Amino acid sequence: MKDRLPHIPGEWIDRTREVGFRFEGEACRGYAGDCLSSALWAQGRRVLGRSFKYHRRRGVLSLANHDVNVMVQQGQRPNVRGDLEEVADGAEYSVVNTSGGLARDRAGVIGRLAPFLPVGFYYKVFGSRRLFPRWERLIRRMSGLGRVDFATPQLRTPKRYDFCDVLVVGGGPSGLAAALAAASAGASVLLTDETARIGGSGLFQLGADAARRAVTRALIDRVATHPNIRVRVGSCAVGYYADHWVPLVDAEKLTKVRAGAVVIATGAFEQPAVFRNNDLPGVMLASAAQRLIYRYAVRPAERAVLLVANDDGYRAALDLASNGVEVPALVDLRSQPGDGALLEAVRQAGIDSLTGCCIFEAHANAQGTLSGVTVCPLNDDGTPRAHEQRYVACDGLLMSVGWAPAANLLYQAGTAMGWRDNVEQFAPDRLPPGVFAAGRVNGVYTLDARIQDGRRAGQEAAATLGFGQAPQQAVLAERRSPTHPWPVVAHPAGKNFIDFDEDLQLKDYETAVLEGFDNIELLKRYTTNGMGPSQGKHSNMNALRVLARLTGRKPAEVGTTTARPFFHPVPMSHLAGRGFAPERRTPLYARHQALGAVWMPAGVWQRPEYYRRAGVDRAACIASEVAAVRRGLAIIDVGTLGKLEVRGPDAGEFLERVYTMRYAKLAVGGTRYAMMCDESGVVIDDGVVARFAPDVFYFTTTTSGAANVYRELSRLNAIWKLDCALVNLTGAYAAVNLAGAGCAEVLSRLTELDLSASAFPYLGAREGSVAGIPARLMRVGFVGEWSYEIHVPAVYGLALWDALFAAAPGLVPFGVEAQRLLRLEKGHVIVGQDTDGLSTPFDIGADWAVKFDKPSFIGKRSLRLVAARPPRQRLVGFKLVAGFQGAPPQECNLVIEAGEIAGRVTSIAWSEAVGAWIGLAFVAPERATEGTSFVIRCSDRREVHATVVARPFYDPADLRQKAPSAEVSA
Amino acid sequence: MKILTCPVNGPRPVSEFVYAGELRELPDEDSCSDAEWADYVFNRSGAPGIKREWWCHAPSNIWFIAERDTALDLVLRTYLYGEST
Repeated sequence: MKDRLPHIPGEWIDRTREVGFRFEGEACRGYAGDCLSSALWAQGRRVLGRSFKYHRRRGVLSLANHDVNVMVQQGQRPNVRGDLEEVADGAEYSVVNTSGGLARDRAGVIGRLAPFLPVGFYYKVFGSRRLFPRWERLIRRMSGLGRVDFATPQLRTPKRYDFCDVLVVGGGPSGLAAALAAASAGASVLLTDETARIGGSGLFQLGADAARRAVTRALIDRVATHPNIRVRVGSCAVGYYADHWVPLVDAEKLTKVRAGAVVIATGAFEQPAVFRNNDLPGVMLASAAQRLIYRYAVRPAERAVLLVANDDGYRAALDLASNGVEVPALVDLRSQPGDGALLEAVRQAGIDSLTGCCIFEAHANAQGTLSGVTVCPLNDDGTPRAHEQRYVACDGLLMSVGWAPAANLLYQAGTAMGWRDNVEQFAPDRLPPGVFAAGRVNGVYTLDARIQDGRRAGQEAAATLGFGQAPQQAVLAERRSPTHPWPVVAHPAGKNFIDFDEDLQLKDYETAVLEGFDNIELLKRYTTNGMGPSQGKHSNMNALRVLARLTGRKPAEVGTTTARPFFHPVPMSHLAGRGFAPERRTPLYARHQALGAVWMPAGVWQRPEYYRRAGVDRAACIASEVAAVRRGLAIIDVGTLGKLEVRGPDAGEFLERVYTMRYAKLAVGGTRYAMMCDESGVVIDDGVVARFAPDVFYFTTTTSGAANVYRELSRLNAIWKLDCALVNLTGAYAAVNLAGAGCAEVLSRLTELDLSASAFPYLGAREGSVAGIPARLMRVGFVGEWSYEIHVPAVYGLALWDALFAAAPGLVPFGVEAQRLLRLEKGHVIVGQDTDGLSTPFDIGADWAVKFDKPSFIGKRSLRLVAARPPRQRLVGFKLVAGFQGAPPQECNLVIEAGEIAGRVTSIAWSEAVGAWIGLAFVAPERATEGTSFVIRCSDRREVHATVVARPFYDPADLRQKAPSAEVSA
Repeated sequence: MKILTCPVNGPRPVSEFVYAGELRELPDEDSCSDAEWADYVFNRSGAPGIKREWWCHAPSNIWFIAERDTALDLVLRTYLYGEST
């Protein structure tokens, strides 16, 4: 480890634990606590990655968790960032974006093709539809970042919830001060930082001044021991959502934090200068060099030149000089250096400071890494005096020319940001309620001022929640800008990069503007500036400046692009949730299971589709269930139906306003069909209403409509304020339909109720006991046989089922499929299957159910309009021709009339009872009369003829469901 | 995730609520013209502004009115229907 420095106070590495890993197949060593980039740099490696487009050699740039120069694949993990990844013993890393490895990347040749890869390349090339597939294949192969391993095992990533009064994002000096201030006021504080330790720049931007470090250390010590503060490191706040809802992402999990107030103290991203070859390995941000020294005890270079435009750069020079780096020159873009004391300290360290100068270009050695720089004086207008060149040999060039606020979360929270000339950056003008900014992101840069600003923000955040008083203190204004307004130097040979992610050079922006893309959003998309993995964290500011200058505007007038979540890439596994789709089961679930039920979903419910029997196929199982109903006795679980009760003097009035029929005069002990429309007159639900007392109505809805019907009826009653109350009994009641001619005889063994046709007629409803269980019974005709719907409290569901089976040992259970056929034979409509979002009662032949002679009901006004118009379509029953052979049409196959679509099949099935394929279909009104034939086009375009027949298909006079079984058989 | 304040249950995450559109005046069925009725049934105003909306706290089935600035997605107040106008 040739570039490892002696012990540095506060270093993150553990020198007692060496780790061995492989990088590009070669054995490497580092210390526990090293990031991949620092471990490699310590070994003297300078080329750590290849660029995205031109495959140029790249080293460390920012080392601030968004350094995309070093992106590696580790096993199944693609695009692991070298500055974020703590090296693990035994890990193997390979660089993404190469063709044949980092050292001999065959794609490096692309750099020489650069003149043929103009800006807006995609748009220019993809104009040709014919060539598109070829380009697409080529570009996908060339520009893919990591490799996705489709064999990656599914990981269950935990999700957590957390709550606090004040969430402080960022653990630098301002964040620490904010956390302490809020906590001291009494608020519970969660302090989060994306790096492994808190302290931020307070522990590496030192200027070789131990006192600065001590200030931050003291804050850290107080935070660590404060009972109101919890600290989460290695935990990135990746977005801001409504009402202070902030997701924190760490290595293992996603934590959703709900805070009372949020302090954004996310600091600023150091920005690169733009000059020729500013991407050579060895050229890096000054803060990156300081991180290498103070976090990882790694020497950034042997001999380093500094390019500065602020006090931070002078401090960086002192940090380097005091840690064994030779500093031959400090190049200051400004003609007047700033802080006198720093200038003096730099002089005393023997550093030659050149003011009013720039780096004209950087030079590479045979290995492609930095070997020296050309320094030029600057004219007053900021252009270089290229003929006054001075060459300085160096293997490091550190840039400290300015900052851009890490304001992503502030933008997402809806902060109005405004340009500040004094710091050459955007800063919050107007913050949303409960959101506060502190430190560099707020345009405050000097260390003392940042701490003060943090304290102010922390107190304000606590005060909004009622803890303590908000200070009457304005944000402190910086006297000298830490950011240079134009750190850009043109060069005839180019390769002066603005966006390192996407290899975009200064001339690309000039070309784009010339081609008319002179708006920041257009420029972004055309050049792809800021669209790489780091999302413009080191390119947006310079792009904005370049655009401003090219279009003669101020940066404030150019504006910024939208900062969307996420702030930092989030692994898909952290976002993927477990499927928590609720599934409802009736109380009889276990009995169905034991009987071999094949389950099907019906809304949120699971229902038996049919019951499987050994050696019998699905169709035969269903057919035998149907036969059992028609033959004499069978049972179906109808507990999934919506079951509502409305009670009160106005209960009848309520139902009359809701449903299309009349209920106020329905006799106690009677039932009536119920059809519900929406305001436009479309049928949305149906069921049966039973009256058990003058003020008690019990009614059913469709299985899938139950929740919505109950909710909507509740809303209507909130408006109508009728003297009645609604109860949802769907889950509270179990229900079965005991169907078939033999049902009354079986039931009579279990109940005292008089089941005779005169005492309990068709459409009657009774309360009584069945097998000692309190029950509500209704004589219904849905399946076309004598049948009783028996509703009992859910806890007795199993007891009822068992009692019925005990009373009738041969009782056959039937499923939803059999029921669908049985009701089809009776011509009954299933709302949602035989109707759609446009079907009115008239369309489906339910004119009889619409009672216009009552004051109002939902949909009445619309139905009056519909009734006055010629019908659009009609639902009819049909039969296929006798002896039809081949595959029958399917539901949703189209009805064709003179080559045009005239309707569709809504239900179709083979009916053994009728001896034909029967179904329901929408047809043109003029085709709706009995005996008319129409054409159905099958999925395979065959045309099948069908004939309109009267409904019901089976037992047209409804004798079987109305009359006693004895009378029917007689 | 947004927090919405149910007048009965207090502040709850918005995922517990069901939205049911703007609170609109029902025209008089008998006296309104067909065009007025059709406008009521089929047309909704999407213009941003302060709107009174129906919301339901689904687990407790509490319907209430939320006064919301749809331009800012800011809930100004919530109250039970009929309690405030």
